[in-house]
Amino acid sequence: MTQSTGKSGNTANISLVIDDEPQIRRLLRVTLEANGYTVFDAMNGNEGIVQAAQCRPDIILLDLGLPDLDGVEVLKRIREWSKVPVIILSVRDREDDKIAALDAGADDFVTKPFSSGELLARLRTTLRRSRPQSAEAVFRTGRFEVDLAARIVSKNGIEIKLTPTEYSLLRLLVVHAGKVLTHRQLLTEVWGPNAVGQTHYLRVHIAHLRDKLEDDAAKPKLITTEPGVGYRVIEQE
Amino acid sequence: VIEQDRPNPDSLLAAIQSEVARKRRGRLKVFLGMCPGVGKTYAMLEAAQREFKNGRDLVIGYVETHGRKETDALTAGLPLIPRRNVTHRDIELTEMDLDAVLARHPQLVLVDELAHTNAPGSRHPKRWQDVNELLDSGIDVFTTLNVQHLESRADTVRQITGSEIRETVPDSILDAAEIELVDLPPADLIDRLQQGKVYLPERAANAARNFFREGNLTALRELSLRLVADHVSVDTQEFHRAQTNAGPWKTGHRLLVAVSASPLSESLIRWTRRMADSLKCPWLAVHVENSRPLDDNSQSRLEKNLALARALGAEVIDTTDENLARGLLRIAQQNNASQIIVGKPLAANWLEWFRAGKLLRQLTRESGNIDLQVVRAEKTGAPLTRPCSRWRPASNWKQYVIAAGILTAVGLLNVLLLQFTGPRVPGFVFLLAVVLLALFLGRGPVLFAGAASALVWDYFFLPPRFTFIITSTEDFVLFGLYFVIAIVLGQLVARIRAQELAERQREERAIALYQLTRELAQAGTRDEVVWQLIGEVSRVFSASAAVVLPGKNSLAAHPDSSLTLTDKELHVAEWAFLNRQAAGKFTDNLPGAENLHLPLATERAVVGVLSVHLADKTLPLPRRDLLEACARQAALVLDRVALRAAGEQSKLVAESERLSNALLNSISHELRTPLAAITSATSALAESKSPEGGFDRKMIGEIQEASARLNRLVGNLLDVTRLDSGYVRPKFDWCDVGDLLQTSVHSLQRELAGRAVKVEIAEKMPLARLDFTLMQQALTNLLLNAVVHTPAGTPVLVQARQEVRNEKAQLILSVADSGPGLSPDLLPRIFDKFFRAPNAPAGGSGLGLAIVKGFVEAHGGQIAAANRPGGGALFTIRIPQTQAPPGEAPPAGTKPA
Repeated sequence: MTQSTGKSGNTANISLVIDDEPQIRRLLRVTLEANGYTVFDAMNGNEGIVQAAQCRPDIILLDLGLPDLDGVEVLKRIREWSKVPVIILSVRDREDDKIAALDAGADDFVTKPFSSGELLARLRTTLRRSRPQSAEAVFRTGRFEVDLAARIVSKNGIEIKLTPTEYSLLRLLVVHAGKVLTHRQLLTEVWGPNAVGQTHYLRVHIAHLRDKLEDDAAKPKLITTEPGVGYRVIEQE
Repeated sequence: VIEQDRPNPDSLLAAIQSEVARKRRGRLKVFLGMCPGVGKTYAMLEAAQREFKNGRDLVIGYVETHGRKETDALTAGLPLIPRRNVTHRDIELTEMDLDAVLARHPQLVLVDELAHTNAPGSRHPKRWQDVNELLDSGIDVFTTLNVQHLESRADTVRQITGSEIRETVPDSILDAAEIELVDLPPADLIDRLQQGKVYLPERAANAARNFFREGNLTALRELSLRLVADHVSVDTQEFHRAQTNAGPWKTGHRLLVAVSASPLSESLIRWTRRMADSLKCPWLAVHVENSRPLDDNSQSRLEKNLALARALGAEVIDTTDENLARGLLRIAQQNNASQIIVGKPLAANWLEWFRAGKLLRQLTRESGNIDLQVVRAEKTGAPLTRPCSRWRPASNWKQYVIAAGILTAVGLLNVLLLQFTGPRVPGFVFLLAVVLLALFLGRGPVLFAGAASALVWDYFFLPPRFTFIITSTEDFVLFGLYFVIAIVLGQLVARIRAQELAERQREERAIALYQLTRELAQAGTRDEVVWQLIGEVSRVFSASAAVVLPGKNSLAAHPDSSLTLTDKELHVAEWAFLNRQAAGKFTDNLPGAENLHLPLATERAVVGVLSVHLADKTLPLPRRDLLEACARQAALVLDRVALRAAGEQSKLVAESERLSNALLNSISHELRTPLAAITSATSALAESKSPEGGFDRKMIGEIQEASARLNRLVGNLLDVTRLDSGYVRPKFDWCDVGDLLQTSVHSLQRELAGRAVKVEIAEKMPLARLDFTLMQQALTNLLLNAVVHTPAGTPVLVQARQEVRNEKAQLILSVADSGPGLSPDLLPRIFDKFFRAPNAPAGGSGLGLAIVKGFVEAHGGQIAAANRPGGGALFTIRIPQTQAPPGEAPPAGTKPA
């Protein structure tokens, strides 16, 4: 366990990297420190859990393939007492693990190999979302506006009529903007736990939402598909 | 059966389906009449015509219209299976062609006259057995039957009409049958008879007229009406039982009938079955064996009696006891019998009467809370011959010669002794000789020795010598005592020896079974089990044996068999295997065969057949039981061995799957980690450099591109490995096809830059059932293929539509490019692994298309490659859509918004 302080001093975000590969740990340390993060690292799951408790990170980068504990198990143990944002590092072939991790409370995932720009963008989004926000009743991104209090959705200032189901779905995605919501999470929240597995409900309503909201429904900019995992609303910065 | 490979799902499915078909037994409908001439065949044909009009697939297996016009007319239009011609002693006979009916396998077959006896040489002696086989193979049967032919009623009918019933069918065949009574008032029947409308065989005409008296007919009618009423009440009771789920028997009754070799037993057995029927209770038939041997005649009659009891549904028990009453009571108590049924003594002579009386007295005295029924038994069938003569010599003549020889020698010794002693000592020496003889010889020779030695003693030794006259009172008494002692001693010793012998035989059976069980328990493989079974059967039964096991295509005898089976015998074995019944010699199925074939059957399956060549004329019950027990035991072990082998096989498969998954994960991890480091590092480097181009930037770009390609290659290699190992199993889900195409195109944004990519989706495209991730990879690979093989800037067209062909929906996805197209001679190899066109530009691995094909086929679909008319290659994926897309989603609202 090592510690170093980023150049941003007191305001630096503390990050914890849990990965068994020294090279990845080194690389992440360099990249993160260069961008003002304070970095702790752990080389296995048990150490990661201890570190998470001791150094109170603002964000955790968690690899799923750990030598001692399964990454999802580490996440569950951390989630027993902490709501710290967790970003999963995974390889492409393990879709099931990815979904399991998201369902277990992970905030996002980055597929290896990843570019540093992509990783930093994900970190920023996740951190911003996790900060206590003033009860913002209006969500804005690009030309879209969702007034959560008045239940009004508008594009370029023109109101768009949505069915109650479409609205519930959009509201859920917007409240968690930037975060992937899995099929299970969406179905459970909108239709109730009995609807889990009825993915076609989602397919149909997402298609309707895109028809109404996107300029070109075939090239969605607002609601994107995470293949095999779920959907997310992109915040345009 | 030990599978060498993983089971093929198609063959498994076929096996399951045939298993299901086999389990469904055909339904039997019986058109029951009180006597010939009431119109059973007519009623059956009428019913058949109705079924035929309703579209049932039915054939006539055997219908006898006796040339009656009305009946003949009813057969019109019904398909007929030609009868089989049999020549027996120069008489042409025709029989139902059972094999032809089985081969034709209709839904329903008509078979007239259930009680008919088949011509000798047929597969079964009786037609009802043919019908049973038809039912077993799942064919429904319509048949006709007169009430007098029913085994349990035959006795009553004989009492009513006075004529002997030779052709009978067991009651059990009616148990699951539907009965339709064909009723005709007796007066009408007699009318029909007088008009000549009833067919009667010429020679039996007189007897038959006697039979058709109004009194007889009324009694028969009542009998058949009662039978049908009983049958209906059984049905309702069973229904009631199923509803209330109560125990199997309403009453606590359990009947026990004593069975012997006597022909009287037959009617006793029938009486008990009727009684058990009306009490709705189980019943036992018990035979108590004693040391007196039975002659062949009695032995076969005993077996017939026991077989009858078994056919009528009794549990048959064979026990050994010198005292009949004690044996019966012991079995009665062991089995909780509530009533013992014995025959009323028919005094053939005073001795018989005395013995029967003794039995009854002892039973009455010792039966305790068990009721005793003494039933008047009727003589039936063959005239009563003495089943077993008490004095019949059971030993062969050699023993008499030995007895005579030894007595002569002892006599000579006594002559010497007489020089020194009085005449009484030789008497005791003779007595000693008789006792010693009893230890070695049978009952007859011992009695002979006792009598002969007494006379010899009197004649040669007792004064006055050389006469049979005895003068002294003392000698007279001694002679009398000698006579009695010699005979009693001889009897006693002989009886003890016989008991010992019976004991030993039973012990031998028990030991044989125990040994087989023990040895089989140690046998670990199929070959060992077979070897042990054949060895044990050969040893215990002094017979050669073969074990027939199912091979790849047909049954074959195991090479360790000590009996060679001819083709004909193999067919009999096959029949036993398929029908789960004993066949061949000593059975009712193909009794003409040379060997006895016992199926090796467990609850679960038939694993093979045990074929035994027994030279004896009969197979006594205990030996048969032992043989069947051996077969059962071996079947259980064979089944266990097979199950264990299958279990190990599947464990092996699971283990190799686990290992291979672990290996894949580890390789994936090892290869991707350095790649992740390279990608991450170069991207960081690229972002930190100044935006203007320059040498460094170009170099970094090259590294990024190369590592992306390497990453794709690693992914492809892993995919191919997984496809090869058969671990790609699509997770089917409802997917939005538009989303699928869009996501695929989007993920290749960088590679497709500068090209016009057109995505066309048919109007009102329904959701498709597929694995989103796998299909996205397939499409991505096709798009990458286009990127590599067509000049930069040329357009790519991606299309999706749904087609319905032969009522089967198909999702069709296609990727078309505008490049040089595919060379026709390379088309067949384009989806092969590592295949690269000779002129292909660098950048591909030759795996992409192979993976697409693998993923598509995992979906049960097909992929085809072709050239577009206007130039360029066209790849078309077809995925069958077997389920209709689900309906609209319900509105949200179960959760508050």
